[in-house]
Amino acid sequence: MKLTLRVWRQRAADTEGAMSTYEVDDISPDMSFLEMLDTLNEDLILRGEDPVAFDHDCREGICGACSLVINGDAHGPERTTTCQLHMRSFADGDTIDVEPWRASAFPVIKDLVVDRSAFDRIIQAGGYITAPTGSAPEAHATAVPKPDADFAFEHAECIGCGACVAACPNGAAMLFTSAKVNHLNVLPQGAPERETRVLDMVARMDEEGFGGCTLAGECATACPKGIPLVSITNMNKEWLRATRKAGKR
Amino acid sequence: MSTSSAYAHYTTGDPVVDTRAPEGPIAERWDKRRFEARLVNPANRRKHTVIVVGTGLAGGSAGATLAEQGYHVVQFCYQDSPRRAHSIAAQGGINAAKNYRNDGDSVHRLFYDTVKGGDFRARESNVHRLAQISVEIIDQCVAQGVPFAREYGGLLDTRSFGGVQVSRTFYARGQTGQQLLLGAYQALSRQIAAGNVEMHPRTEMLDLIVVDGRARGIVARDLITGKIDTYFADAVVLASGGYGNVFYLSTNAMNSNATAVWRAHRRGALFANPCFTQIHPTCIPRTGDHQSKLTLMSESLRNDGRIWVPKAKGDQRPPHEIPEDERDYYLERIYPSFGNLVPRDIASRAAKNVCDEGRGVGPGGQGVYLDFADAIERMGRAAVEAKYGNLFDMYQRITDEDPYRVPMRIYPAVHYTMGGLWVDYDLQTTVPGLFAIGEANFSDHGANRLGASALMQGLADGYFVLPATINDYLARHPRQGEVGPEHPVVQEVLAETEDRMHLLLAVDGDRTPDSFHRELGELMWEFCGMARTESGLRKALERIPQIREEFWRRIKVPGTGEEFNQSLEKANRIVDYLELAELMCLDALHRAESCGGHFREESQTPDGEAERKDDTFSYAAAWEFTGTGTAPVLHKEDLVFEYVHPTQRSYA
Repeated sequence: MKLTLRVWRQRAADTEGAMSTYEVDDISPDMSFLEMLDTLNEDLILRGEDPVAFDHDCREGICGACSLVINGDAHGPERTTTCQLHMRSFADGDTIDVEPWRASAFPVIKDLVVDRSAFDRIIQAGGYITAPTGSAPEAHATAVPKPDADFAFEHAECIGCGACVAACPNGAAMLFTSAKVNHLNVLPQGAPERETRVLDMVARMDEEGFGGCTLAGECATACPKGIPLVSITNMNKEWLRATRKAGKR
Repeated sequence: MSTSSAYAHYTTGDPVVDTRAPEGPIAERWDKRRFEARLVNPANRRKHTVIVVGTGLAGGSAGATLAEQGYHVVQFCYQDSPRRAHSIAAQGGINAAKNYRNDGDSVHRLFYDTVKGGDFRARESNVHRLAQISVEIIDQCVAQGVPFAREYGGLLDTRSFGGVQVSRTFYARGQTGQQLLLGAYQALSRQIAAGNVEMHPRTEMLDLIVVDGRARGIVARDLITGKIDTYFADAVVLASGGYGNVFYLSTNAMNSNATAVWRAHRRGALFANPCFTQIHPTCIPRTGDHQSKLTLMSESLRNDGRIWVPKAKGDQRPPHEIPEDERDYYLERIYPSFGNLVPRDIASRAAKNVCDEGRGVGPGGQGVYLDFADAIERMGRAAVEAKYGNLFDMYQRITDEDPYRVPMRIYPAVHYTMGGLWVDYDLQTTVPGLFAIGEANFSDHGANRLGASALMQGLADGYFVLPATINDYLARHPRQGEVGPEHPVVQEVLAETEDRMHLLLAVDGDRTPDSFHRELGELMWEFCGMARTESGLRKALERIPQIREEFWRRIKVPGTGEEFNQSLEKANRIVDYLELAELMCLDALHRAESCGGHFREESQTPDGEAERKDDTFSYAAAWEFTGTGTAPVLHKEDLVFEYVHPTQRSYA
């Protein structure tokens, strides 16, 4: 395959960026999108140009590092991570736009690499169960109904890639935050911190500069792990419940 | 020995005598050690700084636990977030001797299985402790909210894994590693928020600082700004994972690397059993030269899939056109009683053999069929889908082939490294104050790791073992004066690191970092992969110094060191692979026996089974660095088996 790439190039966080055009040839449909970019970068290095920086690591769809907006879609045309997108999803002769996540809470570091540390700070605000090592009771001391355990797992699948934020017209992080709130709040182990967790995580999310949710639903469409839109509704319920309980309203 | 490689002429030094493992009945040793260990007064702990490198299962759990105990932790990871460490990709599960199934499991059985599975090349005391702690790990993870699979009654589900006779594997669908890692990451996050852990993401360790014989800090590079800085502590913990990426293609994450352990080795830490690498039989084959990494599929597929290749060499027909009597179900043929369920190493070698004979399938003939046609006929498509649906989907996504209609193609790939920094019972390396945990050390798996045991070991080390043993070190070695950036040793290490970066940038040759990595990987795969021979290893030992020389002449790294520069990161890691690879080959050459994942063609039974030579090689080989390309010194730790009597495996 022969392709034209229009790639966002930005030297550093504090410099202006722009789209640059590159031609790549001999692309196999079996290549992953990132292997196609590897090919481009090998050429760029040998030509003495700066290769395109992008985040990637496991290349099997689970670490959440890869983060490209491809032809306007977070992770591209298929519902998967960028690393699991293959070139057979494109046609010979295509022109493909490649951009970083676009959100004010995810500033660009270089080219296609963005700073997602705001996600870590949301987790730090309450996305955990306080259970210091050694303090745990026997694992079977508390049975967890299977539907609750499955519900927790479905939300715990979030890989923290940030596609939800990149896809959202408001740059909101509601789906990411709700995934962790739902995972932990449904479990009996998470009950003691149920209220503080949702209040603190939502407050931190707002402080980080993520936008507000207008239920556009783009987040759930882009999510490679299928976290459902209803997670946000559930989190809003949790938040309302916690707020009332705290007597704030 | 006659070879042109001076490196092969190693010498043997003093044996490793003191492993610090307590004496007495094995089941009481861990209690004994913990009781003997000195403690640090809680009020004094915050005065102690511990550096932890890596945030996977071992590092994440260690950092969180040490901070909970009151130590000041300074932690590093090269990823943009501690949540992305490669433990996240582990699929199958985690073993624990809970005996919830009442199926005869016990701590002793898990201990026995692990020693035997490791082909009698692990230290009994450590393995027994691992089995004991396994039960506490599950309790800890459940308390953190790890969503393990559960039965309808709300209790935890377990399954049998890796040919073991008991159901002791806890799991969270095919994402057990992810869920366990997120549990550790969340515990770590809590400590970061509390100010007890100073987290440095996107920061890579480049060297170890040893002052007056003790590990006192590290040199690390901020991957965003490129700034190389020094960090100081009272103890340093390496939890930086394995070195499988020496092979270029592996199931490891792209950026997983050996720099932290190799640099520690260069500073005095012995490196043990580097040739013990595990090759996993059920990976998706490479499709071409563009391949950047390999993807593993759970070996549970072998429970129902049948493995075969055409009987005839070079048979190019599509699989459905090859009649039954022209197919060779070679595992069922060679190993009639175990069939497709033979252990990982045997299945891997058999696949290599049929491909070497020219009977492999798919691009480049590097693959064998894993066929579910019979299973679909026997169980029905729906049952197969319920059992393996997500794996089939993953396969189809990557290969664009429908495994319900066309047999899967699989091929072995490098997956895990049992070797690593030598550690004593306390997980301390031979550099006082330097500890190694998780895959970074060599301790518990011997020559072969059992399925679902890597997660167990990482969390045992990080949550329970290290936090107990490091107390003892810190209590016995109160701070011996400040070490700061002005210290002459620190200045020297920093200058060496900076020089190395400048040199990489200055060569400005005509070959990319990847081209060297690929060349080294292919060499290692051919000569130090699934089957090794003396002549092959000697060839590799001659070739590696040549590649190294060419590297420093022709490497091209664009950009500067004072910026985000992924090519520079990569090139620097290859510098270390080019040295580690040589040690792996030497270790494989010197160990003229087969054991576990190390198969020397000269040492096999008549039916092709690995033949151990316990009289000669019942030891861990701990190597001492003497200089780049110069012969290392071998220190042997003799292995004593008091509880599990060594036997030869047989699967015929």
